[in-house]
Amino acid sequence: MANLDIVKPENLVYTKTKVLTDNVMHYCPGCGHGTAHRIIAEVIDEMGIQDKTIGVSPVGCSVLAYNYFDVDFQEAAHGRAPAVATAIKRLNPDCFVFTYQGDGDLAAIGTAETIHAANRGENITMVFINNGIYGMTGGQMAPTTLVGMKSATTPYGRRVDLNGYPLRITELLATLPGTYYVTRQSVHTPANVRKAKAAIRKAFENQKLQKGLSFVEICSSCNSGWKMTPVQANKWMEENMFPNYPLGDIKVDGKLCENITADRLVLDHPLTVVNK
Amino acid sequence: MAKELKLMKGNEAIARAMIASGTDGYFGYPITPQSEVMETLMAEKPWETTGMVVLQAESELASINMVYGGAATGKKVATSSSSPGISLMQEGLTYLAGAEIPCVIMNAMRGGPGLGTIQPAQSDYFQSVKGGGHGDYQLYTIAPSSVQEMYDFVFDAWDIAFKYRNPVLILTDGAIGQCMEKCYTRDFIPRWTEEERRQHAPWGTWGKPANRSHNIITSLELESSRQEVFNQKLQAKYREMEEKEVRFEALNCEDADYIFVAYGTSARICMKSMELARAKGLKVGLLRLITLYPFPKKQIAELAKKVKGMLCVEMSAGQMIEDVKLAANCSIPIEHYGRFGGIIPSPEEVLEAMEKEIVK
Ligand SMILES: Cc1ncc(C[n+]2csc(CCOP(=O)(O)OP(=O)(O)O)c2C)c(N)n1
Ligand code: SF4
Ligand SMILES: [Mg+2]
Repeated sequence: MANLDIVKPENLVYTKTKVLTDNVMHYCPGCGHGTAHRIIAEVIDEMGIQDKTIGVSPVGCSVLAYNYFDVDFQEAAHGRAPAVATAIKRLNPDCFVFTYQGDGDLAAIGTAETIHAANRGENITMVFINNGIYGMTGGQMAPTTLVGMKSATTPYGRRVDLNGYPLRITELLATLPGTYYVTRQSVHTPANVRKAKAAIRKAFENQKLQKGLSFVEICSSCNSGWKMTPVQANKWMEENMFPNYPLGDIKVDGKLCENITADRLVLDHPLTVVNK
Repeated sequence: MAKELKLMKGNEAIARAMIASGTDGYFGYPITPQSEVMETLMAEKPWETTGMVVLQAESELASINMVYGGAATGKKVATSSSSPGISLMQEGLTYLAGAEIPCVIMNAMRGGPGLGTIQPAQSDYFQSVKGGGHGDYQLYTIAPSSVQEMYDFVFDAWDIAFKYRNPVLILTDGAIGQCMEKCYTRDFIPRWTEEERRQHAPWGTWGKPANRSHNIITSLELESSRQEVFNQKLQAKYREMEEKEVRFEALNCEDADYIFVAYGTSARICMKSMELARAKGLKVGLLRLITLYPFPKKQIAELAKKVKGMLCVEMSAGQMIEDVKLAANCSIPIEHYGRFGGIIPSPEEVLEAMEKEIVK
């Protein structure tokens, strides 16, 4: 009873943002998708642009994102969200347009759409959820799957000779003049959530400047696909994902960041053989 | 631009009609024999006059998905391509049909299969009217047979697309796209105002105001019972189109003993073959199909009761003939005559086929 007594409006310190609907999310407990949704919704709320925002959801675990964001939304075919968003923005330049895509969607089947939307410098925000795996279809290899990492279609671990290298599409996009802001974040600790939210905010604010595409990668755990507990998954992500996918800004205000050397962009690619 | 008589290519007519009909956006990728559509638009710079957006995409996959994105905001968005490009668009087309998004697509058919030829053909009939992509869906498919119809059908396409919330396919071929004919242009229809867009597309994703719930454009429904109900709704819409939107032209059919059934370029050839036949004393008529979906089933069934035989003429191995035979219930002799690989048959050879296969 004591607990219920304190549930009063004047004691409220944290609440669900109104840009998220009341629908119960279908994501697995521990999954990064829900947190990523929340910070995007908070940014839309804080910027007061709910009536001007149009989202595009992918094919992947977040295909139903439109049920959770209380803004107008379109569901795109697998990988095509950047093309869909391109036209939304071109025809509705006063709207804030964002795509929300997984690594299979954005960096495998939709690579062409991603690169060309970036290269045209579309004034949109792209949010890229990199969990190193195809979550929705049951944990198969993604373009981002680490070398040595086991998945449903690499049961003995990803092999470079067979499957090639993990694709760092975020670094690749940073080299294109059409991108204005490129960053990699994560949402596995409260501190990282705050940083990721600031990045999302910047990526949305940038749409007002009309200077090109803003791209926010969020390294995110797929504990179900990785076959780990949420806590193990976060630890595994720090130990294995981050050396391959270093966190932080890559390009800000149209310029590569000072620490982003050619080696960091291209060559410095630790081929960690991970065991799990 | 007001009403004028001009000489222009079929592809140019499509482009000019898009601008004149208040189209908001065009997204395309070059492919012969229809590249003049985008070239004309780029040369006309409608973004400076009507405000229409024109963008060259990186592929037909991208252009059809740009159509999806733009059209789902309730704007008039179109694309055009030719057979290989239209094959790539099939994914987008089934999503557009499944999400019930009005839009206009033009296919200037060329010979296949594969990369085939850049010369005209009519071998995409099955792909167009039998569902080129997956799932049970229909595109309203309309087949111009002159430059004038290329122009006019763009206007008609917008009416149908928004009336039924359905994609409209203008199915033509390289010959009509490339040939020059006179064409009456129309008075410009201004692009919709913001207010009008919201009226025509209350379902559109144009930004959620406080007084309505969010609009969602999707073709996904994981609950089978709801997906079945949705399919039934689509089928009811198609039945309504079949009831109300069939278009055809019956020429000399009243007293005819034999008739040609054809559309597009083949129908133009058959007009001449029909004249030649009449000069010889043969009572030949022509049923020119204008809509391929919905298909003029009733009209063919009626004609089948009156005439002795039909020759289906199509620049293909014989696709449309299947629907003609079904409509006529195979009650009279019905044969196909076609050339393919980009060959356009002559009126004489078509008449000869009629005499050999049907008149006998
Ligand atoms: C054209 C097409 N091919 C394949 C699929 C099956 N499919 C659905 S989701 C998916 C992968 C999604 O992985 P990702 O983009 O990484 O998203 P996640 O689920 O991991 O968030 C695939 C292959 C599909 N829906 N459409
Ligand atoms: S399968 Fe993975 S990505 Fe999908 S909801 Fe579960 S944890 Fe998240
Ligand atoms: Mg993934």
